[in-house]
Formats: sequence, structure tokens, C-alpha cells
Amino acid sequence: MMNNTDAMSLTLGESKVRSRRWLVWVAAIAVPLLLPLVFRSGYALSMMCQMGIAVIFALSYNMLLGQSGLLSFGHAVYYGLGGYASIHALNAIGAGKLDFPVTLLPLIGGVTGLFFGIVFGYASTKRAGTVFAMISLGIGELMAAGSTVLPGFGGEAGISANRVTGKGLFGITYGPPVQVYYLIALWLVVSAILMYALTQTPLGRMANAVRDNPERAQFVGYNPQRVRFITLVLSAFFAGVAGGLTAINYEIVTQEYLTAHTSVTPLLMTFIGGAGYFFGPVLGAILVTFLQVVLGAYTKAWPLYMGVVFISTVLFAPQGLAGIVMQHRQVWSAGLMRRLVPAYAKVFVPACALLLGTICLVESTYHLTTEAQAGTQMSLFRIPLDVATPAPWIGAAALIAIGLYFFRRSCAAAALSWEGITAELQRRKSP
Amino acid sequence: MKNPPALELVDVSKSFGKSLIIKGVSLSIPRGERHAIIGPNGAGKSTLFNLISGRFPVSGGRISLNGEEITGLPPFKINRRSLSRSFQVTNIFHRLSVYDNICCAVLWSRGYRYSFWHPLERLRDVRELAESIIEQIGLSRKRDVVAGALTYAEQRALELGITIAGGAEVILLDEPTAGMNRSETDEAVELIMRVTKGKTLLMVEHDMGVVFGMADRISVLVYGKILATGTPEEIRGNKEVQEAYLGEEALDATA
Repeated sequence: MMNNTDAMSLTLGESKVRSRRWLVWVAAIAVPLLLPLVFRSGYALSMMCQMGIAVIFALSYNMLLGQSGLLSFGHAVYYGLGGYASIHALNAIGAGKLDFPVTLLPLIGGVTGLFFGIVFGYASTKRAGTVFAMISLGIGELMAAGSTVLPGFGGEAGISANRVTGKGLFGITYGPPVQVYYLIALWLVVSAILMYALTQTPLGRMANAVRDNPERAQFVGYNPQRVRFITLVLSAFFAGVAGGLTAINYEIVTQEYLTAHTSVTPLLMTFIGGAGYFFGPVLGAILVTFLQVVLGAYTKAWPLYMGVVFISTVLFAPQGLAGIVMQHRQVWSAGLMRRLVPAYAKVFVPACALLLGTICLVESTYHLTTEAQAGTQMSLFRIPLDVATPAPWIGAAALIAIGLYFFRRSCAAAALSWEGITAELQRRKSP
Repeated sequence: MKNPPALELVDVSKSFGKSLIIKGVSLSIPRGERHAIIGPNGAGKSTLFNLISGRFPVSGGRISLNGEEITGLPPFKINRRSLSRSFQVTNIFHRLSVYDNICCAVLWSRGYRYSFWHPLERLRDVRELAESIIEQIGLSRKRDVVAGALTYAEQRALELGITIAGGAEVILLDEPTAGMNRSETDEAVELIMRVTKGKTLLMVEHDMGVVFGMADRISVLVYGKILATGTPEEIRGNKEVQEAYLGEEALDATA
């Protein structure tokens, strides 16, 4: 009897989970399709295009990092080469040498990525861990250096093309940016579904197994090297798709696409978003792109802020944004969120002071060193400041000191109430 | 040969650097036998397991499985030929659930190989087999718990489950009851007997009660050499074994 009810509640729970999963997917498809109706400006549209591409790139990166435990420093190779192949194909279409719909151009990028995944992956997936990381870094540097001397990469200027070419289908010419956005959204939805589906296949599960314990995987019949290799090849395909979309979006591909910097971007996104969850890289890609675009427009110091966000994530929230979300979802569904709110509010105020002080310090320093010729006057949040006077420096230092003191105290308090809630959750789980 | 032994070792040796750990071991285990290897610490029991399962390459000699030579094959190829092993130090997939652990151990034997086009959820054969194994090892209630969060005894059960899930004909168990108390050991023995019924079993075990209760035949390994092989009675009565390893009291205790 006991067992029967157990089994029933288990299946009930499962079907509930399954229907919820469907809801999530419906939302994930609907949101990108509806976004342009809400954010109509060209600025927003261009940012959303970047986000869409970044999400594909980061998800493909996480096939390696999160799902297979492979830390790659060279994922830009597949992205960049996919981009180059696509831009060449686009030019060929324009010159009438190739009859291929622009809509499917990312497929060329993907197949290119896949091909180089086979070539480079064969060498790099022999080992995991540091050896893999170093080989991926080496291959990345090799391609970045090679692109400056080899033909076909367009030297420093890169290769440009015109995406409004070929036969437009149903009046879709990819002239208006919104059409490009929908192209990216379409590829994003398809790629994300495919990449998720991959995690639920024998290969996907064995990639997890190889990540956790490559030795044991051998004793259940699997060659870890082969598992890593196939995963890398598939991941390179999606990186190539992202590269192809970038080629269409910007109508230019340069060496920048192959550099270590481009390789590190999906790493940052995945870490910040949370490598342990499928949707982690999605959050990370959206946030990092947003910061890049928005902060980049306001301040030259945006890489520094990005670095701070990255380091804070690694140190204080190693599970990333997705981890934070999932932890709080438990609390939320247990109806305990109310208990956390006051503690969080108490953290929020000093955190703002700390942030404001840091921003003031960073911006003043940047102004002093990089824009000295423009005078010592600057404005921060519309407040005029003169960096030659001690006022901004003292103000910043005071904000930081006071903010930090109360921040640490309120954090300790918040940690305490968090512990209380975890204990409560434990109690409820095991009656 | 019409009916080759399930597992045969011919003059197998292994050296690490200059030190010879296994000094020419020959052993023939017929199909369906439960065979135990006993011997003092450092005799090379675990090393012998690592040689048979392909974890280490042999320095000399031959190993064959059902009449086919497997010497020098990597572990995954030996496993595909129906030999599976457990580990003395629990060796599981820590971040995967109990179900996924067993699932991983089932996949190859069901022929799914490196498939990235079969949705796991729809593989009824894998699911049913995995569920039945989980039930056999008594972890049904922990089905969705992450393996790293299990208790020691549960992890040992999972280790055994992973080992048998692929349906291998020859099973190697490396100290399956290590670190267990009396009642846990009894349960483990009962479980092992149940899940390895009809299979060829080779085990390393320190617990003499377990060894003499379970094994059809016993081999005594001392300093990389087999001192004697025989039925529990023969081993118990063997003077050489008594002097070299067991001591009178240990043997009396098992009588």
C-alpha cells in the first residue's frame, strides 16, 4: 500500500514536471518572437540580435564546459571559421556563383565548424583537463595568427559582404534589421531545442558520465575520448551556426572573430550564467551582452566591471545566476520567500553605496588617465565632478568604507536567515 | 577447445619499474564458478584485477575471456566482451542521479553506443532494465538522488549495480564488503549471490567468512604468486597456506 501511493505520487510529480517543462519551452519560443513588438528601436533590435547569437554561442560552449567538463580556450576557432565560410558564401551568392538561400546560410557556418571540429577535435580530445585546455588555447592562437597571413581571411580589413542578395523568399530580403532579428530568433530556437535534445540522448548522458568519472565510463563500455570527440564536433557545429549568423548580422567578418578574446566571451557568459544548468548560458549570454552594449556606451571601463562581475560570480556564486535562481525557486515554492526579503533589503542598501563608491573611484581614475586632455571636469550620473579636487576621491572612499562595513554585516545576517531556511526545507523533506 | 574457460590467465606478470608485483600467475576459471582470491595486503590482488580488466597493461603473459584473447585491450573493449568489474574505492558518477548512473551502465549493452538521436526518455528497454536493477540493489527510494549524496553502504550497492547492469557474463568484485559492519556485510553477500546467479564471479575479499561461505574455489595469492587453488576444504587443509597466510585460528574460525 505504502509503495503504491509512493509510486503514484512519483508519476504524478513526473507528469507535473513534464507539463511545466513544456510551459518553459513555449515561453522560450514565444518570448524571442514577441520581443520586437515591445522593443521597437533600432538600438534595442541590434542588441537583441547580438544576444540571440551570443546565446547560441554560449550554449554550444556549455556542451563542452558544463556537460562534458571540458574547459576550452579556443571555441572562437569554430565560430570564426563558420563566420568566414558564411561571408564567402554570401559573396558567392551575390556574385551569382552560388545558388543558396540566405536563410540557410548559418548551415554553411555550422558545417564548417563541424568540419574543423573533426580536424582539431581529434587531437584535442585525447585528454581532458589541463591538456585539453592547453591544446584548445594553442589551436586558437594558431588560427588567430594564421588568419593574418593566410589568404581568404582578408587581412586586417576582414571580409565584407552584402546580405541583401539572392532571391528573396516571400519578400524576405534581410534588408530591414527586424527580418535579420527574426532569422536569428528562428535559428536560436531551433539550435536551443536541438542542443537541449542532445543532453537527453545516450551521448549526452555519457558526456556527463565522462565529465564525472572518465575512468568508470571505460568500465561500462565507453571510450571517453570518443564521447568527448563527438560532443566537441557537435558543439563546433553550433558555434559555426552562431558565426554564420554574425556574418549575416554585421555583413563583415574580421580576425577579431578568431581571437582569444572571442574565445573567452562564451566562457564568461557560461560561468556567470551557470554551467551546471542548461539555461545558465542563456542567462549569462543575455546579461553579458547587455552589459557590453549598455555599459560600453557609457564608459570605457566596462571590461573592468565585467571582470568584477565574473570574479564575484566565481567566488560567491559558483553555480552562477541559474544556480541562484534554482536555489530560490525551492524557497519560493515552499512559500518561505517572505522570510528572506527583509534580509535582502538590508543587503541591498549598503551594496548600492559600495557600488556607487566603486564606480566613482573607477570613473574618476579612468577620466584622469585616459581623458586628461579634456580637462579635469567630468560628470557622473549627471552630477558634475572635478577630479582635480579631493571631493570625489574622499566621497568615493567614504562610500566604499561605510558601504563595505554594513555590507559585510548585512551579508552575515542574510547568510544566517538563508541557513535557517535551508534547515527548514530539510526538515520538511524528511518528516 | 569446445568449452573454453570463462577466464584464463597464463603466466601473467606485471612490474612497476624494477619491482615485480605479479610473478607469473596462471589461473583458469570455468563458466559459472564463484572464485575468490585471498592473500595478505600487498600480495597484488588489486593489481591482478587491474590487469584482467585492462586498467593496466600486462608486462608478460596472456589473458583470455571465453577463449578469446583480451591481453592489451583497453578497458572499454574488454567490457564490451562481457567482463565487468567493481572497485575497492567506490567509483561512481557522483553528480548523476542513481537512475542515471545505472542508465549509463546499461546503454552500451543495449546497443545505443554513442547515439545522439535516441531520446533517452523513450528508450523503454533501457528504462525498464535500469529500474529493475535499481530495485534489485534496493535503491528504489533513492532513484533520483545524486550519487554523491548517498551513504557509504548505498554507494557500495550502486557500485555493484553499475557493475552488473550491463549484463556481463564475467563479474570481478574488488572487496565488495570492505568497510561494512556485520549486518551490512550479510546483506551485501545476499545481494551479490542474487545478482550474480549463473554468472562467473571472481572476487577479492578480506572477510574470510564471506570467502568460505560464497566461493566454489579459492586461490591464495602471496607476493605475486599463486600459492594454492582449490575448494574451501582443500584450502583450509593446505599446510602451506596455513603457514604462509591464514594462521590456525583464522581457519578454525571458518570451520
